[in-house]
Amino acid sequence: MIIPHPILGPRDAQEFVYLGDASLLNRPDWQAEDASSAFHDYQYQRNNPAGVHRELWFHEQGDRSWLVVTRDTTTHEILKAELARDVALAGETAK
Amino acid sequence: MSYSGFRLIKEALRGHSGWKPAWRNPEPQPGYDFVIVGGGGHGLATAHYLAKVYRKSRIAVLEKGWIGGGNVGRNTTIIRSNYLLAGNEPFYELSLQLWEGLEQDLNYNAMVSQRGVMNLFHSDAQRDAARRRGNGMILHGSDAELLDTDGVRREAPFLNFNNARFPIKGALMHRRGGTVRHDAVAWGYARSADRHGVDIIQNCEVTGFRIENNKVLGVETSRGYISAGKIGVAVAGSSGRVMSQAGMRLPIESHVLQAFVSEGLKPVLPGVITFGAGHFYVSQSDKGGLVFGGDIDGYNTYAQRGNLPVVEDVCEGGMALMPMIGRTRLLRMWGGVMDMSMDGSPIIDRTQIDGLYFNGGWCYGGFKATPASGRVFAHLLATDTPHETATAYRFDRFEKGLMIDEKGVGAQPNLH
Ligand SMILES: Cc1cc2nc3c(=O)[nH]c(=O)nc-3n(C[C@H](O)[C@H](O)[C@H](O)COP(=O)(O)OP(=O)(O)OC[C@H]3O[C@@H](n4cnc5c(N)ncnc54)[C@H](O)[C@@H]3O)c2cc1C
Repeated sequence: MIIPHPILGPRDAQEFVYLGDASLLNRPDWQAEDASSAFHDYQYQRNNPAGVHRELWFHEQGDRSWLVVTRDTTTHEILKAELARDVALAGETAK
Repeated sequence: MSYSGFRLIKEALRGHSGWKPAWRNPEPQPGYDFVIVGGGGHGLATAHYLAKVYRKSRIAVLEKGWIGGGNVGRNTTIIRSNYLLAGNEPFYELSLQLWEGLEQDLNYNAMVSQRGVMNLFHSDAQRDAARRRGNGMILHGSDAELLDTDGVRREAPFLNFNNARFPIKGALMHRRGGTVRHDAVAWGYARSADRHGVDIIQNCEVTGFRIENNKVLGVETSRGYISAGKIGVAVAGSSGRVMSQAGMRLPIESHVLQAFVSEGLKPVLPGVITFGAGHFYVSQSDKGGLVFGGDIDGYNTYAQRGNLPVVEDVCEGGMALMPMIGRTRLLRMWGGVMDMSMDGSPIIDRTQIDGLYFNGGWCYGGFKATPASGRVFAHLLATDTPHETATAYRFDRFEKGLMIDEKGVGAQPNLH
């Protein structure tokens, strides 16, 4: 798989480390009433869709940036790659 | 029709004209007491034990493709009972004992071959860990033997003992472990379940659940609606996909594991050899092919194929361990989608929906579990209580902090 890095251009997926569902960017509020069940869901539960999936990849062998990659889990086609920072600041991560 | 040596001779004398299909191909009934979703090893074994041990009737197994087309027909066929943790080892020991009696139980030759599983180690720390694991296994009634370098050399003189990074210092030998002909497991369970009256319905994909007042009433399928008293889902790599139809999220991600087989060779390998440090394990099939594999690719996928970097990694591991493998040619490679759970251990439990039961999270180790998984899932479906060897495999273990983290890697499905 080739990941179109928004700054560095096309890079081999081998340079990256995979973390998982991009919803991991949405860390729950630790002071909320339901924090313990929210953290359980955050830590362990996954949507695990067959189809389009937004996921976190870390460019460990490159510029060490975190990316949100949009990829089809049934074909491995990569549809989009954004800096996770931009996604988080825009507050529009996959729910 | 029972299979026996006598039957074989009789059929040989009359030109093999008397063999019958091993199972019927029935039309689905409008309703069943028990519907098992997924005709892999686990679903078929569940149906077999439900009918044979728990004496239930009106049972169907619904399979979206053909039975044995999933992971039960894609794995590298290793069976073993060499787990460390108390939540796991009694279950896997039950499984190995069921393997030992499987062929008589099913009246089917599954080629169960206890040729031994050898886990190599390369350092003092790893030797300590292997010794601890071995003692744990023995305490749970399994078998284990600690081999030193010479012990390994006697078993497998062709290994590269002097690898600079991972010199072989010994191995944990589990002699009752081995391999089983994987397709025959699916076929044997299917035939036996069928003989006990179970309807095995192929080309029947479950596309939804009918749920009212938090009780499941039946399944929507590509062959129409089928009502059910209880529904057991055992769809392995498709767990997330199928359970989302009941509105559930699971502590599971689907990942791909690849496997490889070489051209047929004369017997060279005595048993199963695992080289965990080098991400490589290998055995030799009865047809002579070297069957080997390594790590999962490491990203979410439902495509039953992987990518080339892991191919390279596995082949490098093979070359480092047994350089002679470089002389053989690769015949085939393939991938299977696995249900990677967050602690690397399975879930066999009721769901919050009445009448809906789940069996999954097998990661890359569910083949060896097939008999026990079927046995304990049948127990749960029949009695509504967990089997004594499966009390730890609950959904709520993550909430309660009771993970069964055999590898000690934490909540990281892509590391198991
Ligand atoms: C390459 C590879 C190597 C492996 N090596 C080993 C090993 O050496 N030892 C070991 O112990 N384990 C191994 N495993 C793991 C093992 O194969 C699996 O954990 C185990 O087979 C899963 O259980 P199963 O047999 O029931 O799964 P499957 O055979 O996958 O059965 C699930 C079935 O459900 C069906 N299904 C899915 N969705 C639906 C639907 N909506 N409706 C109806 N049916 C549906 C599928 O078609 C499939 O037939 C390996 C796996 C792979 C991929």
